[in-house]
Amino acid sequence: MVKDQEYLTNIANKTIELSKQLGATDTSVHVAHSISETVNLRNKKLDESNRSDSFAISITTYIGKKKSTISSSNLSDDNVKTLIERCIGTTKITPDDELNSLPEKNLMAKEIEDLNLFDGNHIPNDKKINILEEVENTAYEESKIINTETDFTENKSNFVLGNSSGFMKGYKTSSFNISCVAVAKNENQMERDYDFISKRHFEDIQNPREIGKNAAFNAAQKLNPKKIKSEKIGIIFDKKISRGILGVLSNAIAAGAIARGTSFLKNKIEHEVFSKSLNVIDDPKIKKGLGSRNFDSEGVEGASLKLIEDGILKSYLIDTYYGKKLNLKSNGRSNGSSNLYFENGTVSVDELLKSNNRNLYITETIGHGTNLVTGDYSVGANGFMVESGEITNPISEITIAGNFNDIFKNITLANDLEFKFSTNSPTLLVEGMVVAGR
Amino acid sequence: MSKFLKNSDLELIDVENIVSNTLNNCDDGELYLENSKSETILLDDNKIKNSSYSADLGYGFRAITDEVIAYSHSNDISKDSLKKSSENLKDTLKSKKGSYNHEIPKSNNKYYKDLNPIEDKSQDSKIKILNQVNDYVRSKGEIVRQVTTSFSGEYKEIEIIRSNGEILNDVRPLVRFNVSVVLEKNGKKETGVYGIGGRQSYDHYLDDQNWKHVCDEAFRIADVNLNSKPAPAGEMKVVLGPGWPAILIHEAIGHGLEGDFNRKKTSAFYNLMGEKVASDGVTIVDDGTINNRRGSLTIDDEGTPTENTVLIENGVLKNFMQDRLNARLMNTKSTGSGRRESYKHIVLPRMRNTMMLNGKYTQEEMIKSVDKGIFAVSFGGGQVDITSGKFVFNCTEAYEITNGKIGSPIKGATLIGDGPSILKEVSMVGNDMKLDPGIGTCGKAGQGVPVGVAQPSILINKMTVGGTQL
Repeated sequence: MVKDQEYLTNIANKTIELSKQLGATDTSVHVAHSISETVNLRNKKLDESNRSDSFAISITTYIGKKKSTISSSNLSDDNVKTLIERCIGTTKITPDDELNSLPEKNLMAKEIEDLNLFDGNHIPNDKKINILEEVENTAYEESKIINTETDFTENKSNFVLGNSSGFMKGYKTSSFNISCVAVAKNENQMERDYDFISKRHFEDIQNPREIGKNAAFNAAQKLNPKKIKSEKIGIIFDKKISRGILGVLSNAIAAGAIARGTSFLKNKIEHEVFSKSLNVIDDPKIKKGLGSRNFDSEGVEGASLKLIEDGILKSYLIDTYYGKKLNLKSNGRSNGSSNLYFENGTVSVDELLKSNNRNLYITETIGHGTNLVTGDYSVGANGFMVESGEITNPISEITIAGNFNDIFKNITLANDLEFKFSTNSPTLLVEGMVVAGR
Repeated sequence: MSKFLKNSDLELIDVENIVSNTLNNCDDGELYLENSKSETILLDDNKIKNSSYSADLGYGFRAITDEVIAYSHSNDISKDSLKKSSENLKDTLKSKKGSYNHEIPKSNNKYYKDLNPIEDKSQDSKIKILNQVNDYVRSKGEIVRQVTTSFSGEYKEIEIIRSNGEILNDVRPLVRFNVSVVLEKNGKKETGVYGIGGRQSYDHYLDDQNWKHVCDEAFRIADVNLNSKPAPAGEMKVVLGPGWPAILIHEAIGHGLEGDFNRKKTSAFYNLMGEKVASDGVTIVDDGTINNRRGSLTIDDEGTPTENTVLIENGVLKNFMQDRLNARLMNTKSTGSGRRESYKHIVLPRMRNTMMLNGKYTQEEMIKSVDKGIFAVSFGGGQVDITSGKFVFNCTEAYEITNGKIGSPIKGATLIGDGPSILKEVSMVGNDMKLDPGIGTCGKAGQGVPVGVAQPSILINKMTVGGTQL
């Protein structure tokens, strides 16, 4: 069982009290306990079982405008005292920074809303194994599959966040994750693919077999890929990866990147940065949402934000420190976006596939080729050729490249949005990217 | 008495009993104890933005029989917690019976000193240098828009207790110094990043000449990129510079030669042992024994002394990198490559310092031989799909080559290739082998471990460059 609120609050209160005694003018503290249990199967046999039981404490002390942070996994009274002493010692010799402070009191979360983020059910390992066996059996129904690996992870966590201005709140969360990797083989080569599901509540994992089926189907489909010639072509991003484009947006509009001048979206508030019809929402309070939270890592409550409205950038993701630097108030995004998504488009995926004579349908990108300073983008990719709306042969060993200033403005969204991750996007088409191949 | 048990209710004899009792019917396993301290001091935007310190103490208890790994870790070092972990392991392996392999090789070699870089230098002196770094870089002109510089230090003590009461120890220092610069000229912005590091004290990096070199490099790379033009798209010849570009070897070949993927037959290399996988003259080793290097280890995280493992010799595949589990299942010996990020993670076969050895050509000869291609000097990160063998990495400094001459710098582009075939496309191996500056972290299965790479300049006949210019 994860430790209860009282246990964690007690440690947090003691930390704040002791920090004050030792000379801190302000303190914030995060105390967490998590238990995670995983089983892995490979080729229908148990491969690994892993249990993890972790405490974590993170203390930030302020002396006027000086600040320092310390963290540890050891919550014993002795150790916490040593940590505070060391933290205060470091704080004293750290130079002043005018922007350092706790968040404004009136922005802090007032009440904890039950967002239904915790499921206390414990799934015993034997049952986890049974489920994974079903997943792998389903994967093996595809005759080209020669290897499967699955895992089932159950996480339970509890935390409190407190500070010396009287804030002290926390809550439990859980997640249940099942994933399957399948390797398909023919006489020439091998390909792998995967699928997974992640839910706050176990009961919401309706049909785990689908994961095995999808992973196997996807891997088998990739066999015998071709390399195409370099060309400019419309690129359709599968839902599995289209959300990555929102990830880039979220990093580029983080107040830190804006304030430091290292984002290609600096000074773009009220400018049209996306195609006209697009809306992007970040909503922290979706029930059971994988990115849901009552407050951010500083305790600031966040409202649902329309970050992009009709293609226009409306808001940055703001924390206390960089907010001050930008003369803006924190909007509860010190740890970035929460549940971030594109509102659905108006066309079906079929219509999207038919939108040009030829498109490239990308199911996977590899590499980290995003430059947030310039917006330049270049990554390895694989997927399928689409001709006259029909998916034809698999494609691999190519790259796709462009600049996000152009990519954002050339997006057409399909209408198949689902809430599968914390950041979600429907299938989307980007016109005019460059593919490098043969 | 073990210092890990100091503040616990456990005596060493209790621990040995629990370990033996748990592992007696298993093929392998150990109790791994770890005490780690780490710090980061970061200067950004003209201010000390972050000074953080972290202390972590915990154990990972592992039992293995056949192919099944049972693992339980906790940061509560106590009788209760250890007994609970023991029950957990026994429960997972209840239907299996193994016989414990007591054999573990010994060595007295050590590849770094038992020092704690964090305590070794005062916080004040580190802050002072970071401020000097900031001033020095900003003094290079108005075009400097942002300077971020940091020190990170780590001190890790580990202890491995095996079933017969055998105890193995290691103390591992690790430091890193990094500078990132953003320049702006004529409305165009570019970044340059450079860093150095290794298993030693900060002293080496605090020397005036050394930190200034790091600043100069970061500035130079950003400045080169300010003048870059869009990269070409398509297949062409690629000359890789010496040193850090060897992450190509790491991604393209290294991961595919790790024992686990080959035992599971999910690596594109699994059936190529003894086969020709590279051009003549290509020799690649993975060496854990170079003094003070980021990827070096005195013993690995299972207690096996590290070694210099020959992976490819003159083009022929000779060895995989092995931990104890995969070595046993493949009837071979551990190469001292069993590594884990921390006590929270299971052991996997991993790379240490992966190096391509010298050939006979000069870099000039390579450039001269290229009609149309690119010269890649530095890279950001890379990634590989070990099953299909496709790998990528991102250029952070590259130039076009036209008619045997180096031309304009080109924008960062991704290069993509096919692991099993790329080394057959290597047509010239240089005589200028260089170690990387000590900055690599390799990710696998969610675990990051410090690694090194090295290579001479090489010429690759054909790779796809992911630019935007058709």
